[in-house]
Amino acid sequence: MNIHISETIWLNESEVCTIEHLAEVSGLSSVELRELIESGVITPVNQDPEHYVFQLDYIVIARKARRLRDDFELNTQGVAVALNLLRRIHELEIELDKLQITHK
Amino acid sequence: MKFIDYYKVLGVERTATLAEIKQAYRKLAHQYHPDVSKNPEGEEKFKEVAEAYATLKDPEKRAEYDKLGTHQPGEDFVPPHDWQEAFHQGGAAFSDVDLADIIAAFTSGRHQAGARRARHGQDFEVPIPITLEQIYHGAEVNIDVTLPEYDQQGLPHRVPHTFKVRIPKGATNGQRLRLPGKGGPGLNGGKAGDLYLIMQLQPHPLYRVNGKDLYLDLPLAPWEAVLGARVQVPTLGGTVELNIPAGTTAAKQLRLAKRGLPSAKDTAGDLFAVVRIDVPKSPTERERELFTQLAADSTFNPRAHFASGVNK
Repeated sequence: MNIHISETIWLNESEVCTIEHLAEVSGLSSVELRELIESGVITPVNQDPEHYVFQLDYIVIARKARRLRDDFELNTQGVAVALNLLRRIHELEIELDKLQITHK
Repeated sequence: MKFIDYYKVLGVERTATLAEIKQAYRKLAHQYHPDVSKNPEGEEKFKEVAEAYATLKDPEKRAEYDKLGTHQPGEDFVPPHDWQEAFHQGGAAFSDVDLADIIAAFTSGRHQAGARRARHGQDFEVPIPITLEQIYHGAEVNIDVTLPEYDQQGLPHRVPHTFKVRIPKGATNGQRLRLPGKGGPGLNGGKAGDLYLIMQLQPHPLYRVNGKDLYLDLPLAPWEAVLGARVQVPTLGGTVELNIPAGTTAAKQLRLAKRGLPSAKDTAGDLFAVVRIDVPKSPTERERELFTQLAADSTFNPRAHFASGVNK
């Protein structure tokens, strides 16, 4: 069996990418991405709409958006509502974990 | 090739209309979609549901599937003669091919015999277990993944691959590693898909994780808590000696600065040793004697505040 030694890209908050890269990797269009920015689902690092820069971990969110769009046949507004609610659930889960860990 | 009963997966009759199929899919998607469901089997289940829907919602694929008749789910079966003719002379090489893939390849092959469209390869997401030790030090691991490879007839076969990847120091639970171009191969000149490895932090026997901070239960003997002590505490970076001040009470948190998890961006987290007072469950004769003497001589009342809280 072949062992591949591969370039791995760590999708974290300290590396950044362009909107074109985010679109290519996620399968969303840049129009959809701009709508998600307006809905507050995706927040660019800078304020320059012509040259937006994004944390690499937004690739995970953008891919999730594309899956929700395709699998539930949602429009961008529907995707944005779902993602904002999912983020709130995630934040509450972290808060709950934290309480359980620090007050055990 | 293993038979999958797509109608059963969606819970519909073989005579179901497209509208009924769609409705059944939607209901199951809400129940099992891994992005919205907490069901631990959601991912696997949704894959089956999506595969069944992709075949049954397309009239041509559905007609091709219906030709197979009914078999027991999981039963090995021999594909119909025209499939074998289209893809293989021998007919034996179907064993590692998925049913949905062959139906898709068969129906699309019929349309585009001449002008073949470039197709982007599929992306894959694979969870990989990682330990606290690995994200503390960084580590190199081998990951086994089964990925499709196309044969000359354009049929995808599932082939095992091993990737040697680096777990970055300071990685966190749920973060992804992207391996560009390591997913499914593209077709007709299309780009290969990507492989995503989802790092899943395994529970540790000693430490609980809160962001970059670690929590460790630190059991003390009653006399250590009263008199103070120096104790050895395990950290991910090695054992350190911790000074326990006299009069340390249970649940008190002793902070070991920067002994938590490393971070890609800012400083490392802290390690908190959470004090627990433990007692000898079966004390020796001598221990019992000393405690009895202590009980007789001590004026300490840990429940003094009860009195002030009582309504008179």
